[in-house]
Amino acid sequence: MTAFWSLLKRDLLMAWRQGGGVGTAFGFFLTVIVLLPLGIGPDAGVLQRIAPGGLWIALLLSVLLSADRIYQADYDDGSLELMTLGTLPLEMVAAVKSLAHWLTSGLPLAIAAPLLGFLLNLDTALVWPLMGAMVLGSIGLSFLAGLGAAVTVGLRRGGLLVSLLVLPLYVPVLIFGISAGGAGTAGPDVTAAAFTVLFAITLVILVVAPFGSGAALRAYMR
Amino acid sequence: MKLSGHNLCCERGGRRVFTDLDFSVEAGGMLILRGPNGAGKTSLLRVIAGLNDVVDGELHFDGGIKDEPISGHCQFIAHQDAFKPALSVEENLQFWSDYFGGGDVQLALEAFSLEALASFSAGLLSAGQKRRLALGRLAMIERPIWLLDEPTVGLDAASVKQLQTLMAKHLANNGIIIATTHIDLGMKDAKVLDFAKLKSAPQEVMLDEAAI
Repeated sequence: MTAFWSLLKRDLLMAWRQGGGVGTAFGFFLTVIVLLPLGIGPDAGVLQRIAPGGLWIALLLSVLLSADRIYQADYDDGSLELMTLGTLPLEMVAAVKSLAHWLTSGLPLAIAAPLLGFLLNLDTALVWPLMGAMVLGSIGLSFLAGLGAAVTVGLRRGGLLVSLLVLPLYVPVLIFGISAGGAGTAGPDVTAAAFTVLFAITLVILVVAPFGSGAALRAYMR
Repeated sequence: MKLSGHNLCCERGGRRVFTDLDFSVEAGGMLILRGPNGAGKTSLLRVIAGLNDVVDGELHFDGGIKDEPISGHCQFIAHQDAFKPALSVEENLQFWSDYFGGGDVQLALEAFSLEALASFSAGLLSAGQKRRLALGRLAMIERPIWLLDEPTVGLDAASVKQLQTLMAKHLANNGIIIATTHIDLGMKDAKVLDFAKLKSAPQEVMLDEAAI
């Protein structure tokens, strides 16, 4: 267990020291949100309707921005190889690093996104449901990003490839995330059901993605 | 304790690196791997560390912790130093100490006279200092098998002495050391495994030697 916490602590500390990750993702997110009304036009009704979708898509893209760096440094400097000699299985290493990615990019964005939704005239009643759905959904997004990063870790300039591989996998999270956020005209029953499904999807990703990542990392280190 | 390999075969990227390799090291023994570049010295270390598969043959370790793979008994000093420039020397060591279940960071700093650099960023160190930092892991994490890949690269004479002291202490504590090196490490009683003399030594390497 000490290995688990020490790795998490190190990754969070490095994200804090190096800055880049959270700041860049946040800046990117804000830029997309500011550009959206400029492109759509000043119709408050239209903006209100598309606000949840716009926020979700901005979140997907921002989370991907730092995804290719999840394993890159550890792979390049030999840390990953050394970690295989420890007691923590490589699958858990992948899980910890994905968790650290969520804590440093997905979570802050998911909390900030609905608040920034005022730029898109987001219905105030939707702020809390949307935040809940985004916090839950972004865990899945980070773990899928980790899977994509693991599959491309040995490739030069794999960044764009990660996006191409991972974005299609984000579709279920997006669909149920939108409904769970209370958007659309469906009643509370549908919202609750969508939230349950989103929860289930996230749980499946939490279990499956680390195994895929571990296998991919092992294959690269051969 | 005894680490031994019988008829070992290693493949990397579809290429046979070596076949029919035999070796054995007892507790307190040291094995030095020699041979031309590309002969498979590093590959053997990686096979023992579990980073590459045993394609054929057997690898045995007697006297270790039950149900623990061989890699769980190993410390591997590879070419890359595995340190983060964003963290200080001490933080880097502390991480690896915690990751491998505890160890006194102070021991690592003292073993290679890095005390004065403890609060410096690891990114500011010179190549030789980074190497000393990597080797410091040997002093703080207790594991019976040391796998050292060219441990002296970039080290100054004083640090090589410190490494020799550390290795002698490890052997005296019934540890096992397997090291690749091109210079004399000055360890008495070390067995030598010469890859150039293997039956399976790659053809092109033999030709190179003939050319010399």
